[in-house]
Amino acid sequence: MKELESFRKETRAWLEANCPESMRHPYGSEADACWGGRNWTFQSKDQRTWLERMSAKGWTVPAWPPEYGGGGLNSRQVKVLKQELARIHARPPLESFGVSMLGPALLKFGSEELKKQHLPPIARGEIRWAQGYSEPNAGSDLASLQARAEDHGDHYLLNGSKVWTSYGDLGDWMFCLVRTGFEAKKHEGISFVLFDMSTPGLSTRPIKLISGKSPFTETLFENVRVEKNQVVGQVNQGWTIAKYLLTHEREMIGDSSQLRAGSIPISQAAIRALGTDNGILADSLLRPDIAQLEMDARCFQLTVERARDEVKAGVSLGAASSMFKYYGTELNKRRYELLMSINGSDSLIWEGDAGRDGYLPKSWLRTKGNSIEGGTSEIQLNIIAKHILGLPG
Amino acid sequence: MALILNEEQIMLQDAARNYLRESAPVSHLRQLRDQGSIEGFSRELWRDMADMGWTAILVPEEFGGLAYGYTGLGIVLEECGRTLAPSPLLATALTGVTALTLAGSKQQQAELLPAVAAGSHLLALACDESARHRPAQVASTAESVDQGYLLQGSKTAVVDGHIADTLIVNARTSGGISLFLVPADSAGVTIERYPVLDTHAAARVIFDSVKLPAGSLLGELDEGQDLLDRVLDAARTGAAAEMLGIAQEAFARTVDYLKQRKQFGVPIGSFQALQHRAAHLYAEIELCKSVVLKALQTLDEDPLDAAEAASLAKAKLCETAHLATTEAIQMHGGIGMTDDFDIGFFLKRCKILEHLYGDRYFHQDRFARLQGY
Ligand SMILES: Cc1cc2nc3c(=O)[nH]c(=O)nc-3n(C[C@H](O)[C@H](O)[C@H](O)COP(=O)(O)OP(=O)(O)OC[C@H]3O[C@@H](n4cnc5c(N)ncnc54)[C@H](O)[C@@H]3O)c2cc1C
Repeated sequence: MKELESFRKETRAWLEANCPESMRHPYGSEADACWGGRNWTFQSKDQRTWLERMSAKGWTVPAWPPEYGGGGLNSRQVKVLKQELARIHARPPLESFGVSMLGPALLKFGSEELKKQHLPPIARGEIRWAQGYSEPNAGSDLASLQARAEDHGDHYLLNGSKVWTSYGDLGDWMFCLVRTGFEAKKHEGISFVLFDMSTPGLSTRPIKLISGKSPFTETLFENVRVEKNQVVGQVNQGWTIAKYLLTHEREMIGDSSQLRAGSIPISQAAIRALGTDNGILADSLLRPDIAQLEMDARCFQLTVERARDEVKAGVSLGAASSMFKYYGTELNKRRYELLMSINGSDSLIWEGDAGRDGYLPKSWLRTKGNSIEGGTSEIQLNIIAKHILGLPG
Repeated sequence: MALILNEEQIMLQDAARNYLRESAPVSHLRQLRDQGSIEGFSRELWRDMADMGWTAILVPEEFGGLAYGYTGLGIVLEECGRTLAPSPLLATALTGVTALTLAGSKQQQAELLPAVAAGSHLLALACDESARHRPAQVASTAESVDQGYLLQGSKTAVVDGHIADTLIVNARTSGGISLFLVPADSAGVTIERYPVLDTHAAARVIFDSVKLPAGSLLGELDEGQDLLDRVLDAARTGAAAEMLGIAQEAFARTVDYLKQRKQFGVPIGSFQALQHRAAHLYAEIELCKSVVLKALQTLDEDPLDAAEAASLAKAKLCETAHLATTEAIQMHGGIGMTDDFDIGFFLKRCKILEHLYGDRYFHQDRFARLQGY
């Protein structure tokens, strides 16, 4: 207990001294998030400083072992660090699929060589990763994927395509599910491979989304060379890794649909926009829905906490990640629906600073994807029904 | 404070579950009803509960109690919810004891708490004056008279009012609200028992010029509203714990039924329309487990700050236990509507608890007020 308190003190002092003032505010637009990578242009000097200082301490990935660029903190210390970051409304120094998705999978299934090669650059924000899972004909039914990797001795040649690749045009490397076993049952011929996205034969085509931005691509492979030493785990046994990674992705999506570090609670947004009358929100129509959302969000947050405490006590989360993914994303959609209502016709402004360049309506549109990406809500409910409740197929 | 039970609490949970399954399964409640039980609970069962120490969980050690805390009592109430075991635990061992430990004088405590811990004295909180819970609206009065008070007014929906030995009553005094301990057999007290839909009973209580000695004042004169809120918040959390048991049991029975019942040649649980509703309910119940435990722990750790957690827990459980019990009926089809089948008992008990100490609308509003909107 005492050690933890002194850790808190040191952490607080370090953050006070090292978190630049401009990094202590909620994101004002998508551009405020720092994704790193070979092609990243820092939006400000502070953004770079914040990333560099945090990664030098290993705190972009506080729980990872120091030899892979992590902070080596135990779960209690990680919790304290998060609380202290939230206390000063600090922005995340780095948003990264490497951190939230690939990292945990490599830590569990990767060879020492692969961990040494890939984890430190992820921690430092130097390499940005893209996820190559979905294909035009393999979405919810992911295991039916067809991208083909043929054996050529020390390497594979990959042909086929992926779709909905988030930030495919900005990715440096891809973690990708490919078919290496062609006779086997669909779950048994899949391998989990890594390759540089600048490898010849790889091209991306942008896909424009309803939110106006195009951070998505179709990713095409024409005889793309994949080194055999870049297979994670065993050949043809990638499905286990794919699913493990998905549980992390789902937790991340469920979690991040909670209050982002530094963003303000919806009740505060409502009070600001609508005012109060004798301590009661001056809009009696929206008030019950806002309260209900805040209550559900609070209960959900407590459940995230309880699950963490249970994991610490040795109970595994397993299929419960589907519950977090489902509930967290549906909550987030409700939150943005309410924010749109709270802001009335102002919420419709698409461009110009008064409407902060359409941050709200663009975010609202983007949340519609929360319950699709990483496995749809319906798929999560299927998983709960079958694997938790044991209902028949 | 980690949001999990410790080993001792898990042992208590197992013990309570095993005992209640054996001695007070749903058939016990059915039997009481079929016998036309006036009291609505079994004195024998109550003696057992006292022997196991459940009546003493909140009572301080100096008065013969265990001082084991709200989390412990909440665990027991949750188990009572699973089997719908009727008993005065909520009204006496939780609500009544809370009032006495928070505000009782040494003399009041010494007089009542040992008997409560032993299971030989029952308490009831008489605070509602209208059919909807509005604890701040009080018309009853307690006028200061020579060496005491004169209590005038009436209360409704008094849980266990028909069996209580002592009533805890709020009334308007010269400068505010005050709470009083009123022996149920005081001259001028009329108690009208009425049956409610789950085979329990409640009471209307009329106070017609009831003379109370000065020593019947509970807590400070005129300062009773805050005290009442704290007592109610404990009671609300206890009710939420019981509803958590109800929700889980109704859900477990429903999921079992989905696996057994066949239509169109397959178990009905293979229909995705039902699977998704069941999975959604599963998620809601997971939220309920967290919020009830949080509210109980807050009563133990941070009792001055328990209002928000209590309202959150009560509102969420009103919503989810309602969903669990109504979905239970629907997914059982016709058999769910029959009296011979037990699932309907869960719906009825749940409805009582939904109304008790504020429904989801009351607590949603209170939660928003506590947040400043
Ligand atoms: C914002 C966003 C970002 C994404 N980023 C990436 C990425 O970086 N990398 C990547 O690989 N993929 C990514 N995806 C793809 C995502 O994983 C898929 O869109 C998702 O798995 C659904 O597949 P689908 O689009 O083919 O829909 P479909 O599978 O065709 O589903 C259509 C509808 O049918 C329902 N449905 C399908 N099967 C069932 C069933 N068995 N029971 C009940 N209902 C069912 C679905 O729930 C959905 O409502 C992203 C998607 C979005 C929206």
